[in-house]
Amino acid sequence: MSVPRHWRESKRRYRLLGTKCKSCKKLHYPPRTVCSSCKSRDLEEYQFKGKGNIYSYTIIRNPPEGYTFCRPYAAALVELEEGEIVTAQITDCDLDHLEIGMPVEVVIRKLFAYGESGIIVYGYKFRPILPRK
Amino acid sequence: MPCMPGIGKKSGCDEMNDVAIVGIGCTPVGEPWNKSLREIAVESTWAAMNDAGVNEVDGLVVGNMSSGNFVDQESLGSLIADYAGLGNITAFKVEGACGSGGVAFRTGVMAVASGMHDVVCVTGVEKMTDVVGDSATKILANASDREYEAVHGVTFVGLNAMVMRRYMHDYNARREDICSIPVNSHKNAVHNKNAMFRREISLDSVINSPMVADPLSLMECAPICDGAASIILTTRERAKEFTDTPIIVKGSAVKVDTIGVHDRKNVTSMTATVEAAKEAYNMAKLTPKDMDTAELHDAFSIMGVIGLEDLGFVRHGKGAHFAAEGQIGIGGKLPCCTYGGLKARGHPVGATGVYQILELTKNLRGEGVVDAQNGIAQNIGGTGSTVSVTILGRDI
Amino acid sequence: MKTIKDIGIYGYGAYVPMYRIKNSDIARVWGNDPERVPVKEKSVPGPDEDACTIACEASKNALLRADISPQKLGTVWVGTESKPYAVKPTATIVAEYLGATPSINAADWEFACKAGTEALQGAIAYVGSGMAEYALAVGVDTAQGQPSDALEYTAAAGGAAFIMGPSEGSLAEYEGSYSFVTDTPDFWRRQHEHYPKHASRFTGVPAYFSHITNATKTLCNELQREPNDYDYVIFHQPNAKFPMAAAKMLGVDKEKVIPGLISPYIGNTYAGSAMLGLSAVLDVAKPDDLVLCVSYGSGAGSDAFSFKITDKIIEARERAPNVKSYIARRVGIDYAMYARYREKIRM
Ligand SMILES: [Zn+2]
Repeated sequence: MSVPRHWRESKRRYRLLGTKCKSCKKLHYPPRTVCSSCKSRDLEEYQFKGKGNIYSYTIIRNPPEGYTFCRPYAAALVELEEGEIVTAQITDCDLDHLEIGMPVEVVIRKLFAYGESGIIVYGYKFRPILPRK
Repeated sequence: MPCMPGIGKKSGCDEMNDVAIVGIGCTPVGEPWNKSLREIAVESTWAAMNDAGVNEVDGLVVGNMSSGNFVDQESLGSLIADYAGLGNITAFKVEGACGSGGVAFRTGVMAVASGMHDVVCVTGVEKMTDVVGDSATKILANASDREYEAVHGVTFVGLNAMVMRRYMHDYNARREDICSIPVNSHKNAVHNKNAMFRREISLDSVINSPMVADPLSLMECAPICDGAASIILTTRERAKEFTDTPIIVKGSAVKVDTIGVHDRKNVTSMTATVEAAKEAYNMAKLTPKDMDTAELHDAFSIMGVIGLEDLGFVRHGKGAHFAAEGQIGIGGKLPCCTYGGLKARGHPVGATGVYQILELTKNLRGEGVVDAQNGIAQNIGGTGSTVSVTILGRDI
Repeated sequence: MKTIKDIGIYGYGAYVPMYRIKNSDIARVWGNDPERVPVKEKSVPGPDEDACTIACEASKNALLRADISPQKLGTVWVGTESKPYAVKPTATIVAEYLGATPSINAADWEFACKAGTEALQGAIAYVGSGMAEYALAVGVDTAQGQPSDALEYTAAAGGAAFIMGPSEGSLAEYEGSYSFVTDTPDFWRRQHEHYPKHASRFTGVPAYFSHITNATKTLCNELQREPNDYDYVIFHQPNAKFPMAAAKMLGVDKEKVIPGLISPYIGNTYAGSAMLGLSAVLDVAKPDDLVLCVSYGSGAGSDAFSFKITDKIIEARERAPNVKSYIARRVGIDYAMYARYREKIRM
């Protein structure tokens, strides 16, 4: 169990906090320290809005150690409104009715826990946009 | 050195040696429960040394993905040199996830090409079956971005499945066409005594096998297994001292791409393959048309398809159809995965790239299953984050 | 009780998980009469949800409605009896998620089903005294009932969050509040136990009804009102019956209770219960409506609150999903899936 590793990432993982290049305006999620577009090292925090569409997806039926509690679950490449793509689970969804292009929104969920006694790792997942009455 | 990347006669590189393969050896791929990592590595190392007729080498490059996780052992350079009785030589491990074998081969080539070493052994080894349960899945996911992919419970199969879903979406490709990749590999494994699965499978059985990560089914995924393969390299000048049929390394390139699939501009093509292939073809002064056989990295059916395209054999979106037409079979236009590929020979991850070179070498020596003058091998680490492309040819 | 400064509800937000199990299914499994059950169905948290994730979404909704920077919050207080960690605050995770750290008072509160309104009293005091401009209080639970026990039919998951702030600009002005507490052991869970125990019919008259009616009457007296003067009345909802019976005892018309009565559809969300009911009322109330909300927590006590709706409510309520849309988002599961999701199968 690595506590510092998860602690270090927690803010970015809870909030989908990425970076923005001050010189070329390129956005990054995951956050970077060197711009992937222009190599500038002058970057600032950028808060992604958390809305997007499914770019591709799969249904994980053989999860790795620690992830069986949600089996089976959907994972996707989500293309954010801002244009960046992030990898995340799709939760609260009907596994038989996912499709490329489906609009989704970010939520915070339990990613996994180190057993019964270890830390719980929380982070972003996406879900189909909540229908509003 | 340093100079333009390349071997031999490229500008500024005249002083570099041409490199030849003079020995090959491997263990059968499978689940050798009674053999340890060091035992299979030593076995393949000596098999290659015997093939070359040498009893010493001055360098050992070990390709291995994750011995630290699979068997709690690092420092493989020392371990294998020690137990192979190679003495106080230069030995170390290099790593590029499932592409570690190809990366190790490239390292060995650089060592000989540069003149810093005379006779080098490249040994790829992986012992995956010492862990139980879901651990192997977790360890393999270390090939992806742990903090931004694997942490989300996205497995290695899952990443490839998303690539496949998008590929099918973008190119309107049919799953049954993509599934012809594992069918071909299994067919070719029948004659390979070192293969893990020496039996044919039907297209229907692939299509109907249980989903692992939709749309990838069990029979489209390479197995978890153990294996070790070794290659002895020396200069073209010295090669004839060891063998009558040296095989020449005509092109060798390793390129990387973003660690995360989500950071690719296009997920249905692997830029690292495209770039490595471009460099390897240039170095070899050959084109895809000159290739008589190809060892594709068919860890997942879709990777075989995309490999055909990225290596320049067919246009993007046409790979599945090309495979389904039977063009990749022995006797086809471009025999691929001639010894069973990753799917049927088996995919002991860090060893795979070396098995590919070994199989290509057999075909080029004239002792294989296809008659080839030139051949190409593609070894992928991660979902295209590290790719090595090697072009071998006969010494003429 | 009143505050020094004029304050009000600045934002509110709800969250209810989407899974539901029918009471008739629970009755079927345990050999009871499927017709005689306390609620129609109850909400069940998904396998990746807990009190913390529910608190996060409810709080985010409250923040959206309040339309303020999270950095302006003075407190993130989470009232719950289903803390994911026995030791380590849920509130710090919620505060980090919201972006409210580090100048913040964050803590978890415990008082059975009134842990959330206890935190709300605290938030009222914090803002009312001028210690903070805004304060967030959350009531949330993923309540567990022992399999086959009467509580299994109702123990549900959900939560609601409230941001208290200055009266000026608030959605509902705070008029006053009152807390009534005695030492009454009607329901408890001992340290390290998975499931709570209860004293059966003792939970009724001497516990729920005594505390609810006393708190209601005292607050009404202080404000010189009758309970039935309110346009909406919300009582803690351990089932569908109790709140209606309390209304009858207090002379409150049935129609005033129904808009805030959500237990028939999602069960008892414990610390979330009265606060979710209040959220449902805020989803529909008109400016100038008077709202009375009275919680109940075993052990035992009741917090009573009086609010007057302002015209700001109309616009603010649209900024986040309402309680109805969460209730409407419904996926039925059977007892087997429920047992798995609620970790009733110990592995
Ligand atoms: Zn830039």
